[in-house]
Amino acid sequence: MKKRAFDKGIFAFPYMILSAIFIIFPLVLVLVYAFRGVDGKFTFDNFAQVFTNPTNYMLILKTIGIALITTAICLLIAYPVAFVLASSHFNKHTILALLFIIPMWMNFVLRMYALQSLLNMINVKDSFWAAIIGMVYDYLPFMLLPIYTSLVNMDKSYVEASRDLGGGDVQTFFRITFPLSVPGIISGILMVFMPTFSSYAITDILGGTEASVIGGKINTLFGERLTWGLGSALSFILLVIVIVVMVAGNLITRASNKAKSDAADNSIVGGRIR
Amino acid sequence: MAENTVALKAGAEKFDKIIEIRNVTKVFDDVTVVDDMSLSIKRGDFVTLLGPSGCGKTTLLRMIAGFETPTKGSIFLEKQDVTAIPPHKRPINTVFQKYALFPHLNVYNNIAFGLKLAKVDGEPKKDKKTGELKPTLRKYTKDEIRGKVERALKIVGLEGYGSRDVNSLSGGQQQRVAIARAIVLEPKVLLLDEPLGALDLKMRKEMQIELKNIHRNLGITFVYVTHDQEEALTMSDKIVVINDGVIQQIGTPKKIYDEPANAFVADFIGESNILSGTMIADFKVSFCDKIFECEDKGFAKNEKVDLVIRPEDIKLHKQGSGKSELQGKVISSVFKGTDYEMIVDTGMYEFTVQSTKEFPVDSLVEFSVEPNAIHIMKKLRTINTFITTVTGENTVEICGGDFEFDNSFGFEKGERVRVSVPFDKIELTDDEADGVIGGNIGQSYYKGAYYQVQVYTDDDRDFYLDTHDEWDIDDRVGIVIPPQGIIVEKYVETDEEEKTEETTEEVSGESE
Repeated sequence: MKKRAFDKGIFAFPYMILSAIFIIFPLVLVLVYAFRGVDGKFTFDNFAQVFTNPTNYMLILKTIGIALITTAICLLIAYPVAFVLASSHFNKHTILALLFIIPMWMNFVLRMYALQSLLNMINVKDSFWAAIIGMVYDYLPFMLLPIYTSLVNMDKSYVEASRDLGGGDVQTFFRITFPLSVPGIISGILMVFMPTFSSYAITDILGGTEASVIGGKINTLFGERLTWGLGSALSFILLVIVIVVMVAGNLITRASNKAKSDAADNSIVGGRIR
Repeated sequence: MAENTVALKAGAEKFDKIIEIRNVTKVFDDVTVVDDMSLSIKRGDFVTLLGPSGCGKTTLLRMIAGFETPTKGSIFLEKQDVTAIPPHKRPINTVFQKYALFPHLNVYNNIAFGLKLAKVDGEPKKDKKTGELKPTLRKYTKDEIRGKVERALKIVGLEGYGSRDVNSLSGGQQQRVAIARAIVLEPKVLLLDEPLGALDLKMRKEMQIELKNIHRNLGITFVYVTHDQEEALTMSDKIVVINDGVIQQIGTPKKIYDEPANAFVADFIGESNILSGTMIADFKVSFCDKIFECEDKGFAKNEKVDLVIRPEDIKLHKQGSGKSELQGKVISSVFKGTDYEMIVDTGMYEFTVQSTKEFPVDSLVEFSVEPNAIHIMKKLRTINTFITTVTGENTVEICGGDFEFDNSFGFEKGERVRVSVPFDKIELTDDEADGVIGGNIGQSYYKGAYYQVQVYTDDDRDFYLDTHDEWDIDDRVGIVIPPQGIIVEKYVETDEEEKTEETTEEVSGESE
């Protein structure tokens, strides 16, 4: 056997360089700006301003609320759909699963304006709930896919074993299928909650004045008012909240991972900022 | 199936037959996996469904469990038709091939799963209005469940393992949990789908003995599926040999081994020499140009037969011993632990011989066979028959291809005919394009001096043929039939059914 000339780790270098430039460096910048006063000296002023302004609390709560409602609705819609799609009757027809993915191929802004026109046609004005509809529409595939994957990869013999041991359809679902799909549900929740928490474009377009979120405020602080220090401090707080949620999610996954479902390996965690 | 019908009448009153399968057929996407099977299983027996992979044995088991519904036919459990009853309502439990232990539950909860769902007879309740005693159902209490689970764990030798995570167990231990989970519900029938397939040899041997003990102690009926003939011979009270969705033979291990019904069974059950011979007269058979005494009679004079001689039944002697006329040369010898396995070439057939005494390679030997060691079987088939249509001036359709034939009787285009092709008139070509139609080699048996080969054609009908060449299973081949090899006769449609069904006629003898 020939001895390997170089370490396989070398293939990770390009990504490491990219992430250093585009992930770690910007984060450091955010941190630096957050603790830097107008005079360029170290200060806690920015944080003090954020915490003393009651509208910020309201905004953060509202954002969490929107993210939670969106995630919950996505879960309620996606689970039954994933369950039907993963059943042996349908899973031969990939086309059905594709139908849920195809909207993702279209430009996101275009999709939102199209949705706005549709909603206006049926007399739904830009509002909090219109924003929720937009969020659900946009993030549903991120909930659907992990749940679908965990269901479709589940060994069918578990269901058969349950039926063999006297379990009817309902009992089999609640005692076997559902518990074994929990890792997929958690991935789905994380993949919807994270980005909805930091997104502001949808609420901007569809929410009117009712649904301004923390992401929008950060945008204003950076773009219009040029108060980068304040914006950075707020971003940093947002980041901490997201990390807390992520860690909590991972802990729950690990606990239910004792169930070592084959579909468990896709607890992808990530956020998209729009 | 005559034997079963008689037994059915005798045992009907005593509920002797716990399972009865009546003319069950299962078709998946136009492929017939189980073909008109009938079978009955005696209460308390250890019955093994034995056959190569894809023969339909697992499908049959799944139909008994209720996971599949027969396309045709019905399944009875204790005289009750259960064909349409879903699996969770059948008093039957299964040990799955890969165990299917629930990964999110520990050993205790896996075994208790069925008990927690079960409903048992409770205290009869008095109806308030009429005062009648009404039967009620209740769930098992926690204590009852604990008692049952602990007893099941004890039976499979896993006491104290209740709180263990199923993923932390070894293959053998998981296997035991799977068995415990199935027997804790005290099913009437326990189905086992190749349960030992994933275990190593030593573990497998241990589990075989243990399963046999569990069967003896519980007294419930076991239906066991395997492709391992040795496993089947060791464990079963009765073996059902299945091939191509058809039952080949049903019998005790000894009967199946000593008196295989046909070449397939002989070949599948253990090492054997299968060769072609001719019945000269009652008790006299000729093979390898020599005449031997045998114990079979009732064949036509000079009828061609298949015969089986087990390797351990052949006695070898030094050349010149005068014990036998049949001579051969040892061409290989391998020590197999307790005895030597030698290949002896007689010029007509290469015999496999097992003997404790070794004869060196290249030495000349004579060998004798006791009359009762020669087992004679009717030849299953010698001719392929198709009901088909003349497609041209001198061509006829067979399995989707147009074959030329000698049209001296002047059959007209479109006429329905019966076409017969003897096994030895068909030629196979390496290149599919050289043949009129293509096909895949299904099975091949060495019959002494020639191979009998089954070819699956693309339109799902099979060709049987005799050839001198050895072909590998699944090889893609072309099929050629010389015009003089095709016998075409006028076909008169008598029966509605025959219009649609075109079959390879079985000149079957001893097959069930």
